Amino acid sequence: MTSDDLTRLTIKDASRLLRLGSISAGDLVTAHMDRIERLDPKVKAYLRFTPELWEKQAEEADRRIREGNAPPLAGIPVAIKDVLCVRGVETTAGSQILRGFKPPYTATAVQRLFDAGAVMVGVTNCDEFAMGSSTENSGYFPTHNPWDLDRVPGGSSGGSAAAVASGQAIFSLGTDTGGSIRQPAALCGVVGMKPTYGRVSRYGLIAFASSLDQIGPFARSVDDAAVVLSLMSGLDPLDATSSERPGMEVLNNHGGGVRGMRLGLPREYHEVEGIEPRVKAAIDAALLVLQREGAEIVDVSLPHTDYGLAAYYIIAPAECSSNLARFDGVRYGLSAKDAPNITDEYMETRRKGFGTEVRRRVMLGTYALSSGYYDAYYLKAQKVRTLIKRDFDEAFKKCDAIVSATSPTVAFPIGSKTQDPLSMYLCDVLTLGGNLAGLPGISVPCGTSDGLPVGLQVLAPQWGENVALRVARAYEEASEMKALVADVV
Amino acid sequence: MPLSRDEVRHVAMLARLGLEPGDEEFYAEQLSGILGHIDRLQQLDTADIPPTAQVVEIASRLRDDEPRPSLSQEEALANAPAAVDGFFRVPAIQEEA
Repeated sequence: MTSDDLTRLTIKDASRLLRLGSISAGDLVTAHMDRIERLDPKVKAYLRFTPELWEKQAEEADRRIREGNAPPLAGIPVAIKDVLCVRGVETTAGSQILRGFKPPYTATAVQRLFDAGAVMVGVTNCDEFAMGSSTENSGYFPTHNPWDLDRVPGGSSGGSAAAVASGQAIFSLGTDTGGSIRQPAALCGVVGMKPTYGRVSRYGLIAFASSLDQIGPFARSVDDAAVVLSLMSGLDPLDATSSERPGMEVLNNHGGGVRGMRLGLPREYHEVEGIEPRVKAAIDAALLVLQREGAEIVDVSLPHTDYGLAAYYIIAPAECSSNLARFDGVRYGLSAKDAPNITDEYMETRRKGFGTEVRRRVMLGTYALSSGYYDAYYLKAQKVRTLIKRDFDEAFKKCDAIVSATSPTVAFPIGSKTQDPLSMYLCDVLTLGGNLAGLPGISVPCGTSDGLPVGLQVLAPQWGENVALRVARAYEEASEMKALVADVV
Repeated sequence: MPLSRDEVRHVAMLARLGLEPGDEEFYAEQLSGILGHIDRLQQLDTADIPPTAQVVEIASRLRDDEPRPSLSQEEALANAPAAVDGFFRVPAIQEEA
């Protein structure tokens, strides 16, 4: 096995080699740094690297492996999205307004991975404040899709998806507010999972839309994603919305296969406007595989699908306009501190620090919450959110899980949607319902079209991560459609 | 509902968001386009539908109001663009009497 081969491993295989003593955590991180040095100038998945962490963490992992008491992720290289605080490591949410910010604490989800022995390689690029579907809204530079460098990796967690897809990390963390884990996972050909709202603590996550945000993993296999998720999950006194449910329950019978399961195919998703025929064909082929494994495909309906995007683009911007009010140039980040008065200081700081998409959403959210419009927009959207949740409740009476494409399209060319915000927002039309209803969802690779990956999405009822994982794993095993590592040329 | 340039200026002021030359027209057009899509919500009769603010059923959890370790003043100020005597410094908000 060459050093470069070490960058194509799953967590499971790397852990086995580490425990056998065939490789060390130091070897593993060095192999990744070599590959990053060669490939990342093209892919641009990372914003910055964390040698001070990986040296210490790899050494510690090697020591514990030698002593025979290695924790589950000992020595495994991980990349962290730039919205998750890591103590002492510059964390900017992909925004110029936070340039130079070094958090005084570490996000709970990240801390739990560190406690499990993971080795942090670096911080990955994303759309500014996680607002976008292509990583083109990063305040630094766009990330490129490892399968075709002229195309986007998806977003907002595009750097995290591209890092795993190009052998620059064995797994990574992203966040999903409307599809920001599942959609880039689909476009980059890796596994990505968004848990049930409340499964993973949001403490230390720079908030975008607090009633929708969740942290989740990118990985090269369904098992890897399941293990990482189980380790991050569970009650955190520092997040009042975190659930008391034990994290290990996400693994309950997740390898049980789909025989006898009913999988719902929502016609509104399968026939959604703009879905590419090649994406639809890949999903149809995946459904045949699941049928062959003994699942029954049933028709279900999500009648309010056409209203989901509209409700989402009130609720998410409204919450973001409130959450982003804290970036005022007083306590951290960029500051127009020489302004003549405090109002000018705020306005100048935010003018200089926020990019176009963030400004658009802050204004949209402020408008929707402003006097005289609250009932017509925000309250209305929250009521429609109830209707969308009820659609899922009804559908889950007829099926155990819902299957569909993750994204209506494969990865699109860089620059092709930046002039028309609505066309970009439509990238999330099949994923944002899961956020509005708080459901767990996973995207698994289900083939390629002209070399570009397609993702199969599985949504389950709240707290049914194990059900979604079971379907995804059965598909992965039967189809042998493994996540691949791109060579990047 | 189309948004006027005046409304963009008003919303930007509410959000304390400084505008660049040309922003008023740019955002008036873009936000109007997005609001045009959002207007479809008005087609739905939601008179008897309760709003959803919190999507999972988690009971409010309160903790005992006890002091616990927190950031030191020094740590809290470490990222401050301007700090003086252990405080965040901002321009004066009142005229001297």
